[in-house]
Amino acid sequence: MKVMLFAGLKEKVGNDVIELDTDGSMKVIDLKNRIYADYPALDGEVFQVASNESFVKDDHTLSSGDMIALIPPVSGG
Amino acid sequence: MKQFEVVETPLEPMKYHEFVLNEKQGAICTFTGHVREWTKGTRTIYLEYEAYVPMAEKMLAQIGDEISERWPGVLTSIGHRIGKLDISDIAVVIVTSSPHRADSYRANEYAVERLKEIVPIWKKEIWSDGEEWIGDSRHYHSSVEEK
Repeated sequence: MKVMLFAGLKEKVGNDVIELDTDGSMKVIDLKNRIYADYPALDGEVFQVASNESFVKDDHTLSSGDMIALIPPVSGG
Repeated sequence: MKQFEVVETPLEPMKYHEFVLNEKQGAICTFTGHVREWTKGTRTIYLEYEAYVPMAEKMLAQIGDEISERWPGVLTSIGHRIGKLDISDIAVVIVTSSPHRADSYRANEYAVERLKEIVPIWKKEIWSDGEEWIGDSRHYHSSVEEK
């Protein structure tokens, strides 16, 4: 499962994408916990998850083919 | 040009008028957001904006839809610039039009408030002695706040 990173999250990891080994699908909350565990640089970071360019909540199920992104607090305008 | 877009080139506010002007409209409210040098005593040298472009453009269009629902008859167009911006450069253009002026003012303020909540664009402030990605102080996206 590929996960896109932006802004501060991208800089902390040093890459604009991270790849997780999964069985094919997982809930958003499980993705968050997995990222916190596997990427200490992101532990405690605040972000929402987007799937296919829409925000999704913690109980949403992600599939490996989805376009997944971590969205830290925004600051446009 | 698109009615809702993220671009890397300087914004030209008047060009967005073409998306919101027709024979029914009697008012256009045009907001431009500019790069500010001083924020709470800290001097910014320049800014860098980054976006998740396809999602950002989708969210900008969603704001236009929300406005049409709240204020029927109001038309919206929004352009946001990314990349390196210098002091006083235009970072965002929001134009709203309506048959009578009141709705265009209200819708315009709504648009910028929503932009700061749900549109995946990020600003990095570069100072003489450091830099920092700026996050919304509320640290959540209200559209997806868990109840």
